[in-house]
This record gives sequence, C-alpha cells and structure tokens, in this order.
Amino acid sequence: MCAADAVVGVSFGTISVGLGLPPWLPVLMSLVVFAGAAQFLFVGLVAAGGNPAAAVAAGLLVNARHLPFGFAVGDVFGTGWPRRIAGSHLMVDETVAFALAQPEPARRRTAYWLCGTGLFAAWNAGVVLGVLGGRAVGDTDSLGLDAAFPAVLVALLLPSLRTAATRRAALTGMLVALATTAFLPAGLPVLLALAGVAAARPARRDRADRPDRPAGTGSTAAPAPGTPTTEKSPR
Amino acid sequence: MSTTPELLAATAVLAAGTFAFRLAGPALRSRVTLPPQAERLLNVAVVVLLAALVATSALTDAHSLTGPARPAGVAAGALCAWRKAPFLAVVLVAAATTALLRLLSVP
Repeated sequence: MCAADAVVGVSFGTISVGLGLPPWLPVLMSLVVFAGAAQFLFVGLVAAGGNPAAAVAAGLLVNARHLPFGFAVGDVFGTGWPRRIAGSHLMVDETVAFALAQPEPARRRTAYWLCGTGLFAAWNAGVVLGVLGGRAVGDTDSLGLDAAFPAVLVALLLPSLRTAATRRAALTGMLVALATTAFLPAGLPVLLALAGVAAARPARRDRADRPDRPAGTGSTAAPAPGTPTTEKSPR
Repeated sequence: MSTTPELLAATAVLAAGTFAFRLAGPALRSRVTLPPQAERLLNVAVVVLLAALVATSALTDAHSLTGPARPAGVAAGALCAWRKAPFLAVVLVAAATTALLRLLSVP
C-alpha cells in the first residue's frame, strides 16, 4: 500500500510540475495538507486557471470527511496532545480503513501508527521524486500520468458505491459536473455536482418509513452513534 | 495563473482547515457525538464530489472533451480496480494504456 501511494505521489509531483505550477507547491502541500484527493483537486483547479479561493473551498469540502473519520478512530492513537496532534495529521483514508480493520485495540494502535508514518514517508518521498522527474521529463502527458489520477480515484471510490442510493447520487453528480464544465469556470462544476446528493434522499426515507417503526422515530433506522463508519473507506 | 503569495496563502488555509477537520474528532469525541444522519450525508457528499472529479478529470480539458487516450487509460485502470487488482496495478495499467495510445498518436 505504501508503494502504491508512493507511485501516486510521484504522479502528483510530476503532474503538478507538468501543469506549469512551481515545484515547491506540490512538495509543501504534501507535507502540510497530506491528503491526496484534495491536493489533486486543488492543483487541477489552480492550473486550469481557477480562483485559488474556489480551489481551497473544494479541497476543504473533500477533506471534511476527516471529521467523521476522527470520531471513528479518535480513540486509536492514545491521549495527550502530542499524540493527538501527530495522529490527527496522519489521518487519511488508508490509515483509518487499516486501523478499523484490526479487531483488538492494541493492534489497532500499532496498525494506525505504522501505516500512518509509512504512508507519510512514502507519499512525500514520491512527490519529491515526481517533481524532480517531471522537470527532467518535460512532457508528462506522454507518460499517461494524467490518466493515473482519475484511475486512483475510481479505486478509492469503488467500495463506497455499494448502495444504490449512493450510486444514484454519484451518477447525478457526474452528469451535473460534465454538463456544466463547458461554460462554468474551473472548480465550480465539481462543487455544483453536490446537487447529486439529493438523489440519495428517497432511499433513506424508504428505510426510515419501514412499517415496523413507530411514527416519529424515523432516526432509529440509523446506526447507533459511535459505530465506526467504514462505508467510505477504500480497500 | 495565480501568484506565489496567493498560492502560499491558499496552501496555508487548506492545511489549517484540513487539520481542524482531523483534530475535531479526537479532541471532541468525549463530549460531542456526530448525528448519524449528518455523518451519512457527509459520506454521500464526499462520494459525489470525488465521482464528479473522476468525470471531469477523465473526460475534460479546460472547457471541452479530451481525446480518447486518457478516458481509455482511466477505463482500463477502473476495470483493474473493479477486478480487485492491487492499487499499484491500477495506477500502472491506467498510465501505460494512455501512454501507449499516445505513442500510437491517439490524442
């Protein structure tokens, strides 16, 4: 998994430089943001001439998923502020999924820290390599690296597409984004795609309205609070 | 393209905001529980955002459609992912397919 992330890091560094961005940007972002999807989104929007504020908004929206992640794995990395701060910074899809897959608390903790530090090192090393390589290669399109990013996203998304409601929402969002790309400034189509979330609604209501539920307790169809949500996690 | 100070500021805001999202759970989980409805809505929103990003980054360049080389590579990678191939294989197959098509002068 670290090797795969390093390759994605290489592609991020190479693509950023290939898009004409300054080499320090992908390196700095990978250290301080450390969230692949948001970084790709940001770089893609800025390079396409999008407003940096719109790119930040889109990146933050993508990273908002770390909020529920934190509630799910918040007890894994121990107490005390140094651990909390370091552990929080290492929180990415892979570490959360990997930690939650371990049955016992002790193994969870080891898995989280091992996976987190490994991924951080691999990702940042990959990005530096990619930046250096991208400057050497010049034409990064000839390596097909622009296809690597969407493919990575598909691999990350597939496990989350199990329910019909989510698939419907994703499809609607894709159509909205594609239809509006022709005439809206870069970045906005992806944000507008959020309208697709509405397409996930009916199924949720169906579940809440099951006849065996007494009226007024629609929310009982939801999982118990504190249940770790692994639905979003890749692999 | 944006200027260096703009890019620095944008990176700083994105980093600070991301860290705040990450720290909120571990710092507040003993006092606050996230409503499950909100959590599920957020999950769907993330999937929708990323799916839209797949669509635009695979099929468009600026304001128009790309040539077939990139979408073909993405499709090959997606097929690997769907057949549960390792992550590394997905990346390499996608890039190699597109690179090969471009070598054959497919745009």
